[in-house]
Amino acid sequence: MGEAVHEVTAPAANRLLRAMPALTVGVFLLPIAAGLAGTLLPAFGYLPAIGGTAFNLDGFRRLVDYPGFATSVAVTLGTGIATALLAVTIACGFCAYAHDRPWMRRLSAMLAPILSTPHSAIAIGLAFLIAPSGWIVRAVSPWLTGWSLPPDIATVGDAAGLALILGLLLKEVPYLVLMIAGALNQVPAREHVAVARALGYSRAEAWVKVVLPQIYPQIRLPIYAVIAFSLSVVDVALILGPTNPPTLAVLAVRWFTDADIGYYYQAAAAATLLLALVAGVVAAWYGMERVAIGAGRRWIARGRRGGAVSGGAVAAMLAFCVVFAASAFALAGMGLWSFAAQWRFPDTLPHAWSLANWTRRLDGLAGPALTTLAVGVLATGIALVLVLGCLENESRGLRRAGRRALWLLYVPLLVPQVAFLFGAQVLLVRLGFDGALAAVVWAHLVFVLPYLFLSLADPWRAFDPRYARSAAGLGASPARVFFTVKLPILLRPVLIACAVAFAVSVGQYLATLFAGNGRVATLTTEAVTLAAGADRRVIGAYAVAQALFPLLAYAAAVAVPAVLYANRRGMGGRA
Amino acid sequence: MRPAQWLLAAAFAVAASSQPVLAQDLRWNDVVAKARGQTVNFNAWAGDEKTNAFIQWVGEEVAKRYGVKVNHVKLKDTAEAVTRVVAERAAGRDAGGTVDLVWINGPNFLALKEQRLLYGPFTRTLPNYARVDTTNLRSNVIDFTIPVDGMESPWRRAQIVFVYDGQRVQAPPRSVPDLLRWAKEHPGRLTHPSVRNFLGATFMKQALYELAPDPAVLQRPATDDNFAAVTAPLWAWYDALRPVLWRQGRQFPENGPAQRQLMNDGEIDMMISFNPSEAAVSISAGLLPDTVRTFVFARGTIGNTSFVAIPYNAANKEGAMVVADFLLDPATQARAQDYREMGNFTVLDFAKLTSAERAKFDALPKSAALPTNAQLGTILLEPHPSWMTRIASEWEKRYMK
Repeated sequence: MGEAVHEVTAPAANRLLRAMPALTVGVFLLPIAAGLAGTLLPAFGYLPAIGGTAFNLDGFRRLVDYPGFATSVAVTLGTGIATALLAVTIACGFCAYAHDRPWMRRLSAMLAPILSTPHSAIAIGLAFLIAPSGWIVRAVSPWLTGWSLPPDIATVGDAAGLALILGLLLKEVPYLVLMIAGALNQVPAREHVAVARALGYSRAEAWVKVVLPQIYPQIRLPIYAVIAFSLSVVDVALILGPTNPPTLAVLAVRWFTDADIGYYYQAAAAATLLLALVAGVVAAWYGMERVAIGAGRRWIARGRRGGAVSGGAVAAMLAFCVVFAASAFALAGMGLWSFAAQWRFPDTLPHAWSLANWTRRLDGLAGPALTTLAVGVLATGIALVLVLGCLENESRGLRRAGRRALWLLYVPLLVPQVAFLFGAQVLLVRLGFDGALAAVVWAHLVFVLPYLFLSLADPWRAFDPRYARSAAGLGASPARVFFTVKLPILLRPVLIACAVAFAVSVGQYLATLFAGNGRVATLTTEAVTLAAGADRRVIGAYAVAQALFPLLAYAAAVAVPAVLYANRRGMGGRA
Repeated sequence: MRPAQWLLAAAFAVAASSQPVLAQDLRWNDVVAKARGQTVNFNAWAGDEKTNAFIQWVGEEVAKRYGVKVNHVKLKDTAEAVTRVVAERAAGRDAGGTVDLVWINGPNFLALKEQRLLYGPFTRTLPNYARVDTTNLRSNVIDFTIPVDGMESPWRRAQIVFVYDGQRVQAPPRSVPDLLRWAKEHPGRLTHPSVRNFLGATFMKQALYELAPDPAVLQRPATDDNFAAVTAPLWAWYDALRPVLWRQGRQFPENGPAQRQLMNDGEIDMMISFNPSEAAVSISAGLLPDTVRTFVFARGTIGNTSFVAIPYNAANKEGAMVVADFLLDPATQARAQDYREMGNFTVLDFAKLTSAERAKFDALPKSAALPTNAQLGTILLEPHPSWMTRIASEWEKRYMK
């Protein structure tokens, strides 16, 4: 009977499926196109609403004349590139070290709270951890250090941006590790490593030489997203980054929101420059890949055993432990603050405890929490349908036009957020659509969709087509193959992608603020707004609340396949 | 209708006809009637928990009394609301705008007023506005040298004070040069918020007031001709101060609350604040040690007023006016001044209040960290906003590399 239904609905379903790429692109292309126009045109002097009708380079001239301009560009590039290089090195080195070790699976479940916590919350936690008056110094003062007053050293907001790099690594390393873990499911990594080890390579060497080249194409786009994010991040840079001058993205946001609308030109110029920097660094990275592929081939072909790889992997593992511990303590610190009444230097633990940070705020938390949940679920659900539609359409051989169009999906991850916010807001206001929950869902979709696609596309494309062919050979319709063969086998990557997407939605700050016209409050907008007020007890409560939602989503993403397929190791079960 | 009711109705009719009904009252009744059922999007900086709680309380009260709902649109920076109104105008939305009421003053007010993006004048329509001190508190009618002209309604007052840790600072400095001397003796124990922040800029303005050859010039816009000469002593003073500031003056807290966190963490010993009750408020909130006290400079400190304004395209103007009026109610003002609530000194004139209304202020709790009106000394008027803008950009030119 199921087949009869399929036959009847097949033409309509096929038409819908074929329209998916166009629909998907349309959903987010409009705000981005409007937003980009709203950035690029004013960058070159055109903004009729405030009297700019002639094209000129004044915006760029004022940007370049800004006192800290050169330092700002240098620190933006420095922190962005260093973060990307370190994140990739640590994530790969760690995965090489940890490959097929029994604790690896448990560990990836533990990465969830770190990954799911909004950047801003973890950055505030880290700032408290490493500050001269922070938790680490408190733990060893005054008995070890002799300090009854905190030392006057810049460990947060340092001019070189070291704290910013560390803060970004806290999130980007676990993200890449999770992406690698997802990609590993698509190649016979365990078997290949076993063979290589039998040939005398160490575990890490085997992984780097045999597995990494196979999975790199699947983690390439997540890496590009890391590059773009690290170069253009705003909230983390505000909390941990240098201030005098700050990074380019922070400057752009500051000027975009300046009461003096005249700053809009140089804000747009800064955003445009940031766009160029991101494009340049991604292009340079791509060039580096070509070089590395050639060199890597020769290196692998030489077949030497016992090189520096094992030592490097151990170092990466140690770096990962530092990152992991820093995240854990950053979150734990915020958790403690949420129950603190008083916690002063140099007390290692709060001097007085209180539940008031929670009880007094329950009313205030409930509304934003509900909005966060609704927006996250809606955005993730819509994105999942669109992404699955696109991928299925592609795998049914209609890929020519569709695939190229889908590359546009990466635009929101490569274009700095600041670059299309104001333009998109003007569009929403013009449509009378601003401030509605639907507008926020749409704005979130712009970011949720690509992350979901990025997380899911490569595992999906790596799906062995022989399963589908076998099923089709047994007489199953394409729809039946999709629902009863592909989806179940790919359930784990699908759910991980949904969890990532949901976490992305929960963490959105600027998009919520602009599309919601400031009237749609989520846990994140509330927390970032409070972060300006800097009462760590309150921020602690919000950080914990923020972490809770995506944490549950991640827990489900890991637990559901493990329970459902407890008897199928390759599909997420343990057996 | 029974006779008693007839009688009552007749009595009311007589009372109504014998009292002269002012046009203003009539209009106010219309306003209150139209306001019922409206939801006011109150755009207000939300970086302070106490103020947020106060705004929430205001919302509950006006809902009870007038059937007006208040939606606190929480801003990180008031400029966000200004940007929004400008964006709405750019998009041609001249009615049904999304900002009904905005907490505003100084440069943001100037920006909206100059671009004719405000509704009004409306303050004369508010019954409680009659009690506002418009003679002694000049900042209630002159906002950063800009005439208010009824385009915004006052709701709370601010004055520069310094909060210090009484356990670590024995004799707090009483003048701007004295502050430099203290900082040199205690390197790394003083800072100020970033100069981009209004409080950081105010730190510089406060110093300028005392160091400028003739402070009267600050009431007029800064010009290319006079800026360098007027501010020369300021930069000489600051060049000496900066190296002995926290982090050698290379880093600054983003805003007031971040500065307070540094004080609570023991990283600094004194800080500037715009709220005379800051020390008392922060002690009671557990945000500062209970050893903190307050001082001001002998020659006076800058004071200003916080206002609420209504954008020209606000969808719920009547509701917004009801909220603005409620903020001026003596009972509301007394609650605002209670340091356990917000600790903001009132904008009202005690001479215009009844004794029962004054008693509400007299009954407020006392604290050793709370300065008296006498201790607060002279209130200096805010300089023209152009001074702040120029000082901030000059600061960046000099100290940002």
